This record gives sequence, structure tokens and C-alpha cells, in this order.
Amino acid sequence: MTSDFETNGIGGGRDSFTLPMTLLRFSVVLIFVALGTRFWLLQVAQHEKYRELAENNHQRTIALDAPRGVVVDRDGRPLVENRYSLNVSLVREKVEDLEGTLELLAEVSGVPASTLTSVVERHRRDPVYSPIVLIRDASLSQVAAVAAHELELPGLLIQQLPTRHYRTEDVAAHLFGYVGEVSDEQLATAEFEAVRSGTVVGQSGIEQIYNELLMGRDGARQVVVDSIGREIDTVGEQMPVEGRQLQLTLDYDLQEAAENAFAVGGFNGAAVVLDPRTGEILALVSLPAYDPNAFALGIDQDSWNALNQDTLRPLNNRALQGRYSPGSIFKIAMTVAALEEGVVTPDFTVTCRGGGMFYGQFRQCLGTHGTVDMREALEKSCNTYFYTLGELMEIDQIHKWATALGLGELSGIDLPHEVQGLIPSTAWKEERRGEPWYPGETISVAIGQGPVDLTPLSLAVMMATVANGGTRVTPHLLKAVNEGDEFVPVPRPVPRSQVTLDPTTLAAVTDGLWRVVNNGGTGRRARIDGRDVLGKTGTAQVISLQGRVAAGDTERDLRDHGWFVFAAPAGAPEIAGVVFGEHNESSGLSAEVARHVMETYFAKKDGSPRPVLPLPPLPATPQVVLPVTAANQ
Amino acid sequence: MLERRLYRHIDWLLSGALALLCVIGVAMIYSTTYEPTTGVAGPQVATQVWALAIGLVAFVIMLWVDYRWFADSTVLIFVGLVALLGYVLLFGTAEGGAQRWIDLGVFNLQPSEFARIVVALALATLFADRRRGPQTPGGWLTTALIVGVPFLLISQQPDLGTAVTLLPVCFGILVFAGLRLRYVAVLVVLAILAAPVAFFYGLEDYQRQRISSFLDPEQDPRGAGYQQIQAQITVGSGGPMGKGFLQGTQSQYNFLPVAHNDFIFSVLAEEQGFLGVVVALGLYLFVILRGLDAARLAKDRLGTYLVVGVMSGFSFQVIYNIAMSAGLAPVKGLTLPLMSSGGSSVIATLAAFGLVLNVRMRRFTN
Repeated sequence: MTSDFETNGIGGGRDSFTLPMTLLRFSVVLIFVALGTRFWLLQVAQHEKYRELAENNHQRTIALDAPRGVVVDRDGRPLVENRYSLNVSLVREKVEDLEGTLELLAEVSGVPASTLTSVVERHRRDPVYSPIVLIRDASLSQVAAVAAHELELPGLLIQQLPTRHYRTEDVAAHLFGYVGEVSDEQLATAEFEAVRSGTVVGQSGIEQIYNELLMGRDGARQVVVDSIGREIDTVGEQMPVEGRQLQLTLDYDLQEAAENAFAVGGFNGAAVVLDPRTGEILALVSLPAYDPNAFALGIDQDSWNALNQDTLRPLNNRALQGRYSPGSIFKIAMTVAALEEGVVTPDFTVTCRGGGMFYGQFRQCLGTHGTVDMREALEKSCNTYFYTLGELMEIDQIHKWATALGLGELSGIDLPHEVQGLIPSTAWKEERRGEPWYPGETISVAIGQGPVDLTPLSLAVMMATVANGGTRVTPHLLKAVNEGDEFVPVPRPVPRSQVTLDPTTLAAVTDGLWRVVNNGGTGRRARIDGRDVLGKTGTAQVISLQGRVAAGDTERDLRDHGWFVFAAPAGAPEIAGVVFGEHNESSGLSAEVARHVMETYFAKKDGSPRPVLPLPPLPATPQVVLPVTAANQ
Repeated sequence: MLERRLYRHIDWLLSGALALLCVIGVAMIYSTTYEPTTGVAGPQVATQVWALAIGLVAFVIMLWVDYRWFADSTVLIFVGLVALLGYVLLFGTAEGGAQRWIDLGVFNLQPSEFARIVVALALATLFADRRRGPQTPGGWLTTALIVGVPFLLISQQPDLGTAVTLLPVCFGILVFAGLRLRYVAVLVVLAILAAPVAFFYGLEDYQRQRISSFLDPEQDPRGAGYQQIQAQITVGSGGPMGKGFLQGTQSQYNFLPVAHNDFIFSVLAEEQGFLGVVVALGLYLFVILRGLDAARLAKDRLGTYLVVGVMSGFSFQVIYNIAMSAGLAPVKGLTLPLMSSGGSSVIATLAAFGLVLNVRMRRFTN
């Protein structure tokens, strides 16, 4: 049996250790050389890489949010500002258990955990040290709850951040638009190239279209931090630059007057009020509205869904995104077309017997107007007269002049997502249906029916064009931009097109529209003593009489829309516009809104007391019906 | 008694190298515990200086008394060690989940640090005596007991890292005592085969975590892989010349945890650069080779085995710690002897070198 140990040489003196000693020394030296090589690799060969990593560890750039520019109205009244809100933010690098932290935060704050998770998910590519805002504009109780759980919620901090504040809440909501965090899709576009994730940008309205001016420039602070993120030193700081202040053409008094009048009238709709001389928008209403402040705080999914699924479509800006049948308002364009084309003179008369036969079909008029000339036809909105004009004219003649007045065209307003209306023409029909235009179809178009679909804004432009004698001004909202110390006016956008309307045409149209309001015509409810208001009513059928019967019992609101277009004062109009009363069944109610706006305009101009609206009708008091029980029987 | 003749044989070169490493250590501890915001270094510096003073006394005592006297008292010393380790398990002071210390009022004593010397002494004594040599089953059993009992007691604290350092001590002595090379090979193969088994059945979750994150630190850069990644960044960012004393951003801003302890060499690399690393590596290499010299020169097997045992343990720990500080080994709570902050470690290491010098000094005596 061999021994486990070498017996040779054990007693043989020191030399017997030579082999293991050599091996041991050799190994140690080898290992030390290897270690040295390793250090050489890290410290010399790859030094640059590790130097950078170490720098990233302790040097950080913390963004300082720039407040967006303040928006003021034409009188300099601030309408959109910023306020500092308290926000609950998350610094991921300080969180061990992200899921648990979000769950606990959801519990104490009442914000659904799924919402918090999706926010974090959206910012997953941000540096782990940059705070992610989880709860924008946290309530005091939420802040207190987070503070109370400070120890269980490391990595959460309360940040003060500038937050968009719309002083007027839902007034002029569609005009201002709203802001929101830049989306991933937006970040991929050239416009937002320089924008960092999480930045709040304009997503609609003025906020969107002038986003670049309003956004300002975020500042930054370079700090040295230790391993727990404690700031040791500040090595550099660039202060944020607030966005540019914008002055709008908007007159808040008129905006408020218009919205109040809608409220008193008790209907939704849209209104556009502008200066026909320049195209400056004085008021722009779309109802129902929303509160843009809700977006400024980062709207939650439920509210967003509710807004989107609301059948009244509050996010839709009816003034430039809604297309409606203009009804009798279109007779203004017919008048201009017939006179400018020389088809008739203003003295051309038609005898109305409650309707007439056109292309073998009886067409009804809403009254029996007897013999009327053009002025009376406008005043009484006589369908028979305009059917007759339709019979005398080509559709393309109508198309030409309606287009010159801005109908069926984009107005070029400085608001996003304007929708183009439609005025039919032979070319359109050919392209769309592959069929020629039948003259019989012109009869419906003559009274604003058939395939005529127009935005309220384009009808306001039509009124402005008629009022100023043929210049199709570009409606716009931006008046001036603050260039440091003062507002510098921006150049007015050039008119979209220009025609010179014949003085006789203008006189006839003006006379007719004056009679509508001042001679007991259909627009008499817009009359203002001594102001010579011009106007025209219109009713847009949502559905034809036959259709109504066919539709039967339906949830859809099938009541007619009431239109009113206006300009004042006659001769040298300073104010023009349109009121669209959605399902209000009465152009008279729309005329009352217009009157209140115009009265407010003139009162303000003269410095006289503003008109007062009657109190809105109180909502019907719900009757409390007690269940019948033995006790109260 | 330390005679004049012996005094002349003291290895001053080795002593000088040791002293230099100790001074570098204190400087690095000062740097790593320095608080940039207040400008004050931590209490570890003072503790270390006191420990060095005590260590010097221990060094002199271990040098003064003939090492054969220690060999004669092996049984008593070994029993004393086992008693202390047992006491630690029962009544020791716990910190960070491990119970390793005996509270002495002034500072905490960590008996496991002394286990290496005692085991080296016991094994050297055993193998130096041919009659009770290890060729017999009884010899094997004794060997297993000498290493196994302290190993189990220490690993129960739990402090597997320190327990494992007993193995190179034993291995080194066995090789020098004449263990056939083929058995050495068998042991190595067995160790490799046992590794996966130990990985899955013998380790705690956190230990497995450390090893798997060593193999792939990026899988958990915020958790177990953090120290390893940060250690590499610390070393690499130091560059050829270093960032300068107190200028290391990684250590000053605490990106590297327990820098004054386990990762002191990384800090040295950061602040003193590759140049400092070469100097420190050179000093350690010199200490090891010079120490091993004492084994070669020893006048008897007892001295050889004693030195080999002590130096094997020392070398293993130095190499492991430096490898770890460069991200080459899984993170383990093993200090760098002579430099790391830790009173017991310094005292035990200096005492051990006292023995090494003792053996060398007495190479001509009878």
C-alpha cells in the first residue's frame, strides 16, 4: 500500500521543499502579473470608457421646466397663465421595489395603480435619476399621504412645477386648446426633435399652433451627487426662459357675452365674431366645452374616455370642425352670384304663391309672399324667389361666387384641424359620382340645401367679405408677440382672395339684410336701436320631414339647427359673424345671441353700461317623491 | 529571550514593506471615510491607528517568543480558539446579519481572524511530528478536525468567506508536507465537481445571487451586481495616474459601498491610478515572496509548515481581495490584509508576520 505522502526526502533537509516552493512562487508571480494586466486593461486601455461611466455616476443634468408663455386678450388681460402646482414624482434609481412602491402610492393617493404603471412605462427610457411626474397637481391630502409614508416610499418626491392655468376655465376652451405631455409619436417628428420626453406641449388650439413660441426654453442645472442622489455641489446652471407672451385678437368681453347668451338661451352650438375690416377674431365659441385645466394636470384615462365618448362631442370645435347645412343663410351668396353674374337686377321680381313648379316638381315656400323683389325676398327669406334664381343660373356660377365669399374653402385661421366645407359644382359631381350635374339639383342648392355643407367659420368669413365689399380676409387670432419689453404686432395675414363687388350688388344685399332685422323680417330679434344691424336667418334641417317619419323613435336629436349671420353697422361694418344654435329649432334664438354680442361690442366702444342678460331659466326642480310606506301613508 | 544575535537576524526589509502597506492602508481609510461635505474623516482612522499599535505589540510578542514554544502549547491554543468561536456563536455581537464579534468595550474582537494562525500552528505541529504523521487514518481525522471545527463554527456565524480562507492554509501545508501531486490533482478535480453541488445546496440565496451576478453583473445592476460594476468603474476611472488623494469621485460620493473595508484597493486604484496599483501590487508580491523565503530558510519542518500555512492564507486573501476589487471575483466580505479597515484583521495579520519573522530569525539557533 502506498502512502498518501511522499516519504522520499522528508528527512532530507531543506532541499526537499524545492518543487512545491518553486510552484508556489511561480503561481503567485503569475497571478500578480495577471492582476496587474487586469488593472492595466481597466485603467489604461479602457480608461476613457470608465471615466465616462464614473462621470455619469456623479454628474447629473437636472432639467428646469420653463413656464409656457402667458396668453392675453386684445386688452392685455391675461387669460392663460401658469401657476406652481405640487406634483408627486418618482426617482426610479432610489426605488428598490418599483411595483410595491406604485401599489402603496396607489393605495394612499387613490390614483389607480394601472395609471401609475402606465406613466412609468411611458418614461422607461428616461435616465433613472430624472424624476417622473406620477401625480400632477396633487391634492393637499395626496401630498400629506405621500409625506406620511416617506419611509416606505423612498424615491418619491414632491416637486413644484409650473402648470398651465386657464383662468376662464371652460370659456374659449377650444380657442386656447390644451396642453399635454409630448407623445412618443410626436417625439419621432422633426418638430419635436429638441424636446425631451415628459415635456408638456400644446396639443390643441392656440397652444398647439403657437407651441414653439409658447414653449420657452427649459433650463438645466448640472450637479454633483453622491450614491444616494444627494446633491453635493452645483457646477453649472442655466435658468429656464419663459415662453413668449402672446396677445390675441380675442376680446374677452365679447367671448364672455356670447357664451353667457348661449347659456341663457339654453342651447349648444358655435359662434364666430370677427372684425370684417381685418379678419381679427373677436370671439370664437364652441359648446359644449371642456375645462382645459383638466388636461394641464395630465388628464386621466377615465376623463379622457368620457370626453371622447360623449355624444355631444365636447372636444370637437364646432366653429371650424363642424359641417352643417347653411339653409337660408346661403341666399346671401345666391344674391351676390345672381347680381354679379348679371342674371338679374335687384328689381327683378317673382310672385310667390306658397311655392312653385320647378323642373316638373312642386317646391314649397314657407309663406305666401306675393310679388317680391330681391330685397323683400331676402327680408322674408322667400324660397320661391331663390328657386327661380336657381332655375336661371348654372351651378358653377353659384360655386364661383360662393367660393369668392369663402364658402367651401379653408379660411386659413391660425387654429389646427380646420375642416373644409363643400359647395357643389359640375366638376365635383363628375369626380365624386361620375355623373353630370342636373339643373334640377340647383333648385335645392339655391336655398342652401342639397350637397351644401359649411363650417360656421366659413359663414362668418362670408359675412365679413360681404360687409367689407369683397375682400376675403383671413380670420386670425394672433395679434402681437412679446419681444422682451413690449408687444410687437405680427403682420396681418394676407386676404385669401379678393373681388370687387359691384356697388349695386352691395346696396341690394345691404338693403335686404337690413330689412331682415329692422323691417320686421325673420331676424328682428337682432335689432338694436340706432345701430343698423344687418342679418340673415337660416334653418338647417337635420333630417327631412319624410326622413323624420321614417326614422321613427330614435335617440338621435333630430331638431333643426338655427342660424344667424350678422354685420353692423350698415355702411361701415366693424363687427360681423355667425351664431349657430345646435338643435335650438329657432334662428330667432340665435339672433338673440348675436344681438347680445353686438350690444356688448357697442356698449364697450361707447363706454356705456353693458347690456344685461335676463336670468337664465332655472333648471326644473326635481320633485322628491317619497316611497309610499306605512309610516307616511 | 531575544538575544543580540537574534536581533541581527530580524528581517527588516519585510518589516519595512509591512509598515509601508499599513501606512498606505491608513491613508486610504482616511480617504474613503472622508466626508467631503464636512471635511472630517471617519472614526475608522483612529481605530485603525490604535489597532496598528496593538498589532505592533502582538508582532513583537510573536517575534520574541520562540515559535517552538507556541508549538508546544498548540492544544491549549487550539482549544482556546474553539472556545472563543463558540462563545461568539452563543453570545457574540451581531452586525449586518452576522454574529462575528466579541464586545471588548474599547473595540470588538473578531476571533475568526485569528483562526488562520491557530490552524496553521496546529497543522504545522501535527505534520512536524512524524510519529503522529498524517499517513494514518487517525492523522487524517486529526487534520480534518483541526480545519473542520473552526470552519464549521465560523461558517455558522455566518461568515463563509473567512471560513474558506482556512482551506488554503491547510492545502499549502499538506503540499509541503509531501502530499502526492496526484492527490493534489484529485482534490482540485473534486473541488471543481463539488462547486455546482455546493452552489445549489450549500449556499444561501444571497450567496448564490452574488455568484450569479458576478458571472453576469448586468442582470441586476442595481442589486448584487452593483458593487462589482461600481468596483470596475472605480478602478477604470482612476486611469494611469489616478484622480489624486481625496479626489476619487466614486469613493468620495459613496458609489462604492464598504470602500474602506472590502474595496479599499479599488479606491487606491482610483485615487493613485495604475502607478499606485503597481506599487501596491509590488509591495504585496514582495511581502509574499519574502515571507515564503522564511519557509525555505527555516531550520525545521515546524518552521517551514508554519510559515507556509500563514503565507498561504495571507496570499489567498490578498489575491482574492484584489481580484474582487478589479471585478474579477464574486463579491465576498474578505478584507485586504494590512490595508483594509478592521482591528482584528490588522492585529492577526501582524501577529502572523511576527511568527514568520520569528521562524526566519531563529534559522540558525538550536
